[in-house]
Amino acid sequence: MKRKVLSVLLAAAMVFGCSASVLAADTVKIGVYEPASGDNGAGGKQEVLGMQYAKSVQPTVEIGGTEYEVELDIVDNQSSNDKGPSAASKLVSDGVSIVLGSYGSGVSIAASDIFKDAGVPALGVTCTNPQVTLGNTHYFRICFLDPFQGTVLANFAKENFDATKAYVLAKLGDDYSQGLAHYFTQAFEGMGGEVVKEDFPEGNSDFTSYITSAKNAGAEVFFAPVSTEAAALIIEQVSSQGLEVPLMGSDTWDSNVILNAAEGKDVQIYVTTFYQEGGNPEFDEGMKEFINSDSTNLANNGGDDTVAAVTAMGYDAYFVALEALKAAGSTDPVAVNEALWGVEYDGVTGKIAFDQENGDAIRDTAYVKSANTENGSWDFVAEQGVN
Amino acid sequence: MDFISRNLPYLLAGISVGGQYALIAIGYTMVYGILRLINFAHGDIFMVAGLIMVYACTAMPIYIAIPIVLIATVIIGFLIERVAYKPLRQAPRMSVMISAIGVSYLLQNLALYITGGLAQQYPPIPWISDSITIFGASTKRVTVITPVLTLILVLVLVALLKYTKIGMAMRAASKDFETSQLMGIKINSVISMTFIIGSFLAAVGSLLYFTNYTGVVPTSGAMPGLKAFVAAVFGGIGSIPGAVIGAFIIGICENIIKGMGWTTFSDAFTFVLLIIILIVKPTGLFGEKATDKV
Amino acid sequence: MTKRKETIINVACIAALLAVLFVMEQVLPPTNMIFTVLKKGAIYALVAVSMNLLNGFTGLFSLGQAGFMLLGAYTYGILTIPVEDRANVYMYYDGGIIQFVVPVMVAIVAAGIVAAIFAYLIGLPVLRLKSDYLAIATLGFAEIIRAFFQWDKLGPLTNGSNLLRSYPTFKSVLFPFIVSGVCIAIIVMLINSTYGRAFKAIRDDEIAAEAMGINLAHHKRIAFVVSSFFAGISGALLAMYQTTVQASMFKSAMTYEILLIVVIGGIGSITGSCISSFLFIALSEWLLRFLDNDTYIGNFHVPFLRAGFRMVVFSVIIMIIVLFFRKGIMGDKEFSVRGIYNFFHRKSKNGKNAGGDTK
Repeated sequence: MKRKVLSVLLAAAMVFGCSASVLAADTVKIGVYEPASGDNGAGGKQEVLGMQYAKSVQPTVEIGGTEYEVELDIVDNQSSNDKGPSAASKLVSDGVSIVLGSYGSGVSIAASDIFKDAGVPALGVTCTNPQVTLGNTHYFRICFLDPFQGTVLANFAKENFDATKAYVLAKLGDDYSQGLAHYFTQAFEGMGGEVVKEDFPEGNSDFTSYITSAKNAGAEVFFAPVSTEAAALIIEQVSSQGLEVPLMGSDTWDSNVILNAAEGKDVQIYVTTFYQEGGNPEFDEGMKEFINSDSTNLANNGGDDTVAAVTAMGYDAYFVALEALKAAGSTDPVAVNEALWGVEYDGVTGKIAFDQENGDAIRDTAYVKSANTENGSWDFVAEQGVN
Repeated sequence: MDFISRNLPYLLAGISVGGQYALIAIGYTMVYGILRLINFAHGDIFMVAGLIMVYACTAMPIYIAIPIVLIATVIIGFLIERVAYKPLRQAPRMSVMISAIGVSYLLQNLALYITGGLAQQYPPIPWISDSITIFGASTKRVTVITPVLTLILVLVLVALLKYTKIGMAMRAASKDFETSQLMGIKINSVISMTFIIGSFLAAVGSLLYFTNYTGVVPTSGAMPGLKAFVAAVFGGIGSIPGAVIGAFIIGICENIIKGMGWTTFSDAFTFVLLIIILIVKPTGLFGEKATDKV
Repeated sequence: MTKRKETIINVACIAALLAVLFVMEQVLPPTNMIFTVLKKGAIYALVAVSMNLLNGFTGLFSLGQAGFMLLGAYTYGILTIPVEDRANVYMYYDGGIIQFVVPVMVAIVAAGIVAAIFAYLIGLPVLRLKSDYLAIATLGFAEIIRAFFQWDKLGPLTNGSNLLRSYPTFKSVLFPFIVSGVCIAIIVMLINSTYGRAFKAIRDDEIAAEAMGINLAHHKRIAFVVSSFFAGISGALLAMYQTTVQASMFKSAMTYEILLIVVIGGIGSITGSCISSFLFIALSEWLLRFLDNDTYIGNFHVPFLRAGFRMVVFSVIIMIIVLFFRKGIMGDKEFSVRGIYNFFHRKSKNGKNAGGDTK
């Protein structure tokens, strides 16, 4: 009974909702499923900046002979696997043609089935865990994968530091972190190294005991594939406890949050990433101008105009989406999904094409950078592949 | 010597975090002693103090910012009591507790809104943020300062409770809430004072805690708050020395567990301790035996 | 109004409700937000009612609901992931140790049973504790369960702290409505039985209840186990709704949310819990979302509106309810056909409306 009343009320609200969600005649919606808060908020915001800049460069797209205005429909998945799906439902109910995101593999996997059920294709930008695209035909991605990244990092540790023992610290309940730790361990042990792996629970900010354990274990490298938030705390505590081994981070660490935390401290930091600032001067310049043009943009980028790799990836993802829309010749998500398989695009982070099995980008290089603790910028170290 | 330098850092970390928990736990235990209320918002007041410090330091030099943090936190604690708990004085205890959960929810969401969901870097406080070396273990100076400062504050507080008029009123109110009212104690000002002291200590705790672990996020207060509460229960809720000892035990155990490699269970272990003490001695280490009146 | 007539009206209402839902599903696009709200609302209604059974009807202040939901969700996930997908899901644990599946309905019942067994074991020590101590002990157990399920040594069973996925889910909004509806009906029947009266006696005065010959330990245990059983089932439904499940989402914050739903609906009111769970979900997930967007009215930039404002407004609304409408939406009354009937016929001789929920 009461539910009936409720249903009537909701039905009335719905009619209102529907009429609001009817698309304007010549607008195509691209959903942006990214974290703006939580652990990965900083990274998510930088990724969105790339997309927003891309939109300011190319605000329209020609689909099937008609000029469409692009609208970015941005939702916040709060870096949380349980809040993510309802944000994804919001995008789907808004009628987007394709979804970009997310920063963070766990939330991408969590929302995957929502997109699948609605027949909307998703394009992962920097979610590197293999499970995101494995065994489905609607999730694509433009970045490299963790088995690759883990191997690159293990190789790098072996070759550059001659390390035989590594300490690996991952976050509980974070699929990205656990996955990368797993692949690193696999590769490192495969080369005859030894790994001590520990986990920290969500909400932990006291890393002193972990650092002591790393020291006691006699580790020669400290690898922590974690969010920037935890990474900043780790750097701070590593420096105050005088742990003298190199810190290695993954693609998440390529952020000015890390640079700010490391500035003026006695730490060595190495990270793998998708893009090296200076790789495409024209893009860098435009991006910096875009960031500096607006105080909100500047705040979202963490207060300075360092171009993060995820920003460049976000920029490329937008154009890949436009290519898919053009190739599909329609805004129908199903057609866009079909068209994505064949998309090829030459972006600022390199050439992007998808393999025909899982829809992963075919990429075989990662860049290794180190943090310059004196002037707070990144130094280029190496371009690393898997041999 | 090698054994010491290997294991001392765990102990140091434990003592330091234990001292910080102790400062939060006192707030819980005093409020519970008088109002029989688990003030779920207390951990969030601790977090808010951290955020105020972050924002205060961008606008003013640090020696002005610190007093401002202390004062602002005290005012917030006082206002929360007046707005959210005082109107419910006659309501069932559960309503007040739910109001506390509501306040906690509100503070976290406000913090989320103001910070935009990004972790805020806590400003370094000169001198106490510096690194020092003890028996070959390096750490921040705050690690050693914390237990000392905690003990001093506790002694001051105990003296306050013992020798001042308001302290006596507080003890009376926690012994018997209604009778103390009949004896002419202004119960509202006693309760306000409790919240003021609790918030002040939480603010001091946050200065020490965040100097060690320099990121402030909206949920920063949740886990320390919960652990401090467990410490208060462990030591016997209502007892200040109990809360302090409980907090040190929990802080040290937590770090020993991590040192033994059981890192997955570092938080859970706190609750295991809690359940063991509740089963063995339900009133905690130093708690008074409660008698039910029919 | 006769009892029989009342039953007929109730059944008719339920049928009408299901019919409305069915028609809605045929008419509206399946991606509409309304379905998200209805599905999640139905699931939360069940767990809120199960919590109300403990907190509102038996007077046991338990904060362990999230832990029991976790048990249910994992049991369901572990038992129903198709064998051929296990290698993918349990990637780091060689496909896991369980290599069979059970039918969906069996797994849902199993979810409840596992939660109930754990509740029985946990109840042995903690149910001796009183009020706040019970609350904090159950909260502690929920946290311990959560840590345990994230332990990598249990990985072959639980997939460590990683996501479980690929298990069967529901498409139609009717599924959670029917499952929750049946479960809530069972709880209502329990409350109206002699057991229910014993629960209320314990709530009102433990010592008096004991003096009347009610076995306290026995009845408390029954309430705790039954409540956990249904929390387990709602955990399984939640897992189906979310399509993935992970231990880290069952935090104490989730229990607080459920507790707020119970309080807003009215402690001791089944229909209140149901209404408020739909309101809670609709407001937080859907209707207030516009507050998160920058908005311009003409050229005027509406102040304050940006990401996160929705939750601020939402928590202020909750505080207002908690402070000024202490009894919640329904108090301890029930919304019933008889109640409406009496209201219109001014025949409220009985004063209080007994049971007769429409569910």
